[in-house]
Amino acid sequence: MNSISIRDLSLKFGDTTVLNQLNLEVAEGEFLVLLGASGCGKSTLLNCIAGLLDLSEGQIFINGNNVTWAEPKDRGIGMVFQSYALYPQMSVRGNLTFGLKNARVPKDEINTRVKRAAQMLQIEPLLDRKPAQLSGGQRQRVAIGRALVRDVDVFLFDEPLSNLDAKLRAELRVELKRLHQNLRNTMIYVTHDQVEAMTLADRIAIMRGGVIQQLADPYTIYNHPVNKYVAGFIGSPSMNFLDGMFGGGDAPTFKSTGLDIQLGRYGFKDGSSDQAPIYLGIRPEHVQAGEASRELPFTRDINVEVVEPMGSDTLIWTSLEGQPFHFRMDGQAQVDVGETLQIGFDPAKASLFDKASEIRL
Amino acid sequence: MTVETYDIAQKTPRSSKSAAREPAGAKPIKRIDPGRIMLYSVLLVAAVYYLLPLYVMVMTSLKGMPEVRLGNIFAPPLEITFAPWVKAWDTACTGLYCEGLKVGFWNSVQITIPSVIISIAIASVNGYALSNWKFKGSEVFFTILIFGSFIPYQVMLYPLVIITRELGLFGSLQGVVFVHTIFGMPILTLLFRNYFASLPEELFKAARVDGAGFWGIFLKVLVPMSVPIFVVAIILQVTGIWNDFLFGVIFAGVKNFPMTVQLNNIVNTTMGVTEYNVNMAATILTGAVPLVIYFVSGRFFVRGIAAGAVKG
Amino acid sequence: MSVAKRPNPLFRNLNAKIAAMPMIATTLIVFLGCSIWTVVYSFTKSRGLPAEEFIGFAQYERLFRTSRWLMSMENIAIYGVLSLTISFIVGFVLAALIDQKIRFEDTFRTIYLYPFALSFIVTGIVWQWILNPSLGIQETVRSWGWENFTFDLIANRGTVLYALLIAGIWQGTGFVMVLMLAGIRGIDSEIWKAAKVDGIPTWKTYLFVVIPMMRGVMITTLVIVAAGIVKLYDLVVAMTQGGPGIASEVPAKYVYDFMFARANLGQALAASTVMLTTVLIILIPWIYLEYGKKKQAR
Repeated sequence: MNSISIRDLSLKFGDTTVLNQLNLEVAEGEFLVLLGASGCGKSTLLNCIAGLLDLSEGQIFINGNNVTWAEPKDRGIGMVFQSYALYPQMSVRGNLTFGLKNARVPKDEINTRVKRAAQMLQIEPLLDRKPAQLSGGQRQRVAIGRALVRDVDVFLFDEPLSNLDAKLRAELRVELKRLHQNLRNTMIYVTHDQVEAMTLADRIAIMRGGVIQQLADPYTIYNHPVNKYVAGFIGSPSMNFLDGMFGGGDAPTFKSTGLDIQLGRYGFKDGSSDQAPIYLGIRPEHVQAGEASRELPFTRDINVEVVEPMGSDTLIWTSLEGQPFHFRMDGQAQVDVGETLQIGFDPAKASLFDKASEIRL
Repeated sequence: MTVETYDIAQKTPRSSKSAAREPAGAKPIKRIDPGRIMLYSVLLVAAVYYLLPLYVMVMTSLKGMPEVRLGNIFAPPLEITFAPWVKAWDTACTGLYCEGLKVGFWNSVQITIPSVIISIAIASVNGYALSNWKFKGSEVFFTILIFGSFIPYQVMLYPLVIITRELGLFGSLQGVVFVHTIFGMPILTLLFRNYFASLPEELFKAARVDGAGFWGIFLKVLVPMSVPIFVVAIILQVTGIWNDFLFGVIFAGVKNFPMTVQLNNIVNTTMGVTEYNVNMAATILTGAVPLVIYFVSGRFFVRGIAAGAVKG
Repeated sequence: MSVAKRPNPLFRNLNAKIAAMPMIATTLIVFLGCSIWTVVYSFTKSRGLPAEEFIGFAQYERLFRTSRWLMSMENIAIYGVLSLTISFIVGFVLAALIDQKIRFEDTFRTIYLYPFALSFIVTGIVWQWILNPSLGIQETVRSWGWENFTFDLIANRGTVLYALLIAGIWQGTGFVMVLMLAGIRGIDSEIWKAAKVDGIPTWKTYLFVVIPMMRGVMITTLVIVAAGIVKLYDLVVAMTQGGPGIASEVPAKYVYDFMFARANLGQALAASTVMLTTVLIILIPWIYLEYGKKKQAR
């Protein structure tokens, strides 16, 4: 039995369709990340699952119960918010117990649960403080604790780390992963941060315009993006897209002014029509430069235009036969502007997209 | 409609702007700037205009009638007497009775307290429903309510007289309370709606996940964190209701006239000799309640009156 | 798995709807219902009590033949224009002056605003006393030696309106000042820096940069103050009782007198309908602006 199933969910505000005929199955114990740019509907979907928004159409099941019209409290969910959403006038303990008191949980039981959650999140010394006296990281721990004490099977996270600075974010990310490994609850996690998505998720659902573009494990999303949008969204810096034509026949090739790339090693999903306009996408990290490129099926000399040393690696911005192109080199590489370099890549690692539909070939 | 409340009472405005006006570093030797002198002169002259009536009121109220008749309203009293104050409070005549302002004072108290409590209770719940629990049509009602606040009271007076009469409230304290509750609703609802809307929405969502219902969220989560806005609303209402004349004179009935109506009756009665010193003492007594509130609450008062400002 | 039926939308959010009942009742019964009642009955022959005998525009024809009503309209028009102009100028200048990083800012602001805490009744009575020709300022100045000094605005048919104006301005400019100050302080500090860098004098910055940017606050203040002027009543009752003669009558007082003192309901209702129309003329462009802007923003 799946933990959460969403059937044909649609949400409209007046004439605007925010979510469109959405279907989603989340397995028990799965960590699912909803990833997308702002306004893609990911938070809206989470609010629908939580019962904070009324659907226009469709059904939602949690643990086999139809909860489409159930109150949030009756859905067996806990939720953590971006702004922590702690009740300012209540102490940490008050925040943790508010929901339990509303549900009339016996006092002993409340104490046990609070103790366990506080221990797990290392917030025991803070229990009698007010939220205003806590740091951002501590506040978010309390907010997670508030979901924890509810003793539910499903946790919903709405960009929980976005308000924290980079260092704390990385720390709490690891902690969340550890928490999931210990508890094995179902978790649905909304973020716009692809690093969070890649590191935390069992599966990622990439959303755009109220529709799930691709739902797969991080490895598949990275290596086999279903369309140009997903390919461009995942990866930093983003994938290079070369504009050209597909030359089919016995030896499939990518043709563009000055370029003729053999695609023999590329794994096509299905055949493509001859002479169709396509994009060839290649990730900057899949491009080799200098010595390492010599053996690769496709090589070319380029002129270095901009160098961005990042420490761990160096980004080189250039152009490939008039089309903008960038790639990644070792952090220690000494490259000068104006220098000529040989680069190369293996078309097997590339992604091809139909230009009109932007769907992967 | 985009409506926002201003916080005008901000004490240190634009720190960055002042930085632009006063560069850091060694200060030039101070000279007396003619511009600054002009600036302060204008401000002082204006201050005199605003303070003058208060000064005249106090001075006149402390003089005896023979001294008032000398005809120098600015002169301080040669002989200070509190008799006018006593008379204004205790025995001044309104044309019918000679029981002084104290009757009006207690009437005003009896009108103001329930009006303030009821109107704020209703309006805060309205504002809460409008900001957090929007339902179909709620915005339409709110818009009518706000634009309704601009309709001159005269337009609704007579039908209200009929309604209160039918309800058996006309000519009673309850009648005035009823009318004050109605006419306080637009501004207070606006005030509370904007305030609750400015609170983080996620807090409200968290409370719903925690199983608090409509009233639970309001009473346990929102009200405890909204004390300042309740203070603003109380100040706004106490001042407004205390200062009301029209509703008091129409709906309260002769026995229940509020202080403003009584004051007007004392001063503008055509019977007997006009005792200006008593009039002024009565005026100060009537103005005292809102004035004290104003001077004590300053910042909140400013927030309250500016709350009605609709940001364009 | 089962399919859940959509619950009846009427009962969704039921608590909120119940809680909003007083507001809904107020808008429907009072703000809409009572206004419509008044408009409808202004076309009847009602005298002491409402009567359903419709007589077309007869009440309005009579109204606009009554010199007291015409005087009231003229008075409120003159008072309104002058009061708006003066309180805007004074209010803005005071706000701009207070904005100059002055010392005792709080004190000055408190002094300018305190009259706003007082009722129109108190305001009217104080100024009636100060402007009283036989014992007020006129007499005081005469007693200082200027025997021919004349300052009898309040006793003079032609000038009594200016007496009301002095009192009204005294009571209300603080409010305008506060809103203007909020508008001035709401302007991005970077604008000031830019003007400073460009070497624009402060007064020019106020006039050509700040005021145009305060359009929203200005319109809002205008609407609030203007709607208040139409309601002008208490001040007149306390200060002049409409006199001398009918020289300081205003529409709101006309309505009250005909409704309660003279038992001529038809006249009162016709007069209040005219007041309503006046307010709508002020409001409708504003509503239009508000909503036009909202549409654009979407």
